[in-house]
Amino acid sequence: MAATTSIAVEETPLVLQLLSRADDALILGHRLSEWTGHAPMLEEELALANIALDLIGQARALYGYAGTFTGHTEDELAYLRDVPAWRNCLIVELPNGDFAFSIVRLLLVSAFVDPFWRASAASTDSTIAAIAAKAEKETSYHLRHAAEWLIRLGDGTAESHRRAQTALDDLWPYTGELFTDLASDAGMVPDPISLRNTWNATIDSVLARATLVRPSDGWMQSGGRIGRHTEHLGHLLAEMQFLQRAYPGATW
Amino acid sequence: MVDAESLRERAVAALEAITDPEIPVLTITDLGILRDVSVRDGVVEVTITPTYSGCPAMNMITLEIETALARAGIKARVRTSLSPAWTTDWLTDDARRKLAAFGIAPPEHAASRRALFGETRPACPQCGSADTEQISEFGSTACKSLHRCRTCREPFDAFKCH
Repeated sequence: MAATTSIAVEETPLVLQLLSRADDALILGHRLSEWTGHAPMLEEELALANIALDLIGQARALYGYAGTFTGHTEDELAYLRDVPAWRNCLIVELPNGDFAFSIVRLLLVSAFVDPFWRASAASTDSTIAAIAAKAEKETSYHLRHAAEWLIRLGDGTAESHRRAQTALDDLWPYTGELFTDLASDAGMVPDPISLRNTWNATIDSVLARATLVRPSDGWMQSGGRIGRHTEHLGHLLAEMQFLQRAYPGATW
Repeated sequence: MVDAESLRERAVAALEAITDPEIPVLTITDLGILRDVSVRDGVVEVTITPTYSGCPAMNMITLEIETALARAGIKARVRTSLSPAWTTDWLTDDARRKLAAFGIAPPEHAASRRALFGETRPACPQCGSADTEQISEFGSTACKSLHRCRTCREPFDAFKCH
């Protein structure tokens, strides 16, 4: 029998929740891994690769759990879904840009994801609680790392300040989507809106130290959670899924 | 019919020598990665927990457990459990001494939530000086950070509090 090259996933609210969090982690992890060989210094290359590894590990745990409801393995979920089936926020799929862009993105996302997992450690679902308790220890390091860097970039040279502010202005319209309510069962994960104040406080405190100006909240981009993605995700998947597309069912 | 308790004891003995592939001075028991060994219907079930979600050593550790038990003629299954989440608080005192002797600064204090700012300054495992600086919170493996001693000028790894 020929191996499957594409799967359709039946999305219950719980599966949608798991896929959204897993896709955010995997796609951001993939973007960070693209820095390997290109980071401004060796220590930073190690750091970004380490963060990518944590995120991909978190995605694996979430896909594994989603698989118990959908019957698909973690590899099938990662390698055999086409663009419209991906549930990640648009912010994580944008190309890396310059170093400032990648760091600002890591901060904006981590400032949400870290308290999200911390609160999810009290989930009524014991598997989500276990994944969250593990993830939040890791995301607290990611948040610190991004924050420390942004302070150095923003409060650094005129050029690093300019690039950091530009990245912040460009990424800001993508932050609204982080707070999309995925209508989960009560007690499963926190309502993202409830994390808004925590997120605001973290961002404001880092931006003040970084001497950067918080952009005003205007029109916000969205669509990722319902599979309406930027053109960039297709290019990313073309690379990430190449092997399973070219050699369906290949294992090693 | 093999006695379950003696089978379990044989399995535990076979697992004793398995070390972490990244930190060969520590066994998986020292690290708290090995959580449980039990026997169900004549099959040994070994439960391990990852240090970090994406720790790439987990596959190798699983393989080493399966190999060690197969060598001892024991049928086994390895399962991974995430809960309770692994913490450096599970490192035994003996493990901390072995780490320091190996040149890796052990985690100093009980794991707690990190503040958004600030850095840790473990004592240098080479010369013992407390005058050290952090180079990066991310080191050569997921569980280590990178530091430098201002006294002996040597760089060193530290096991991250987690």
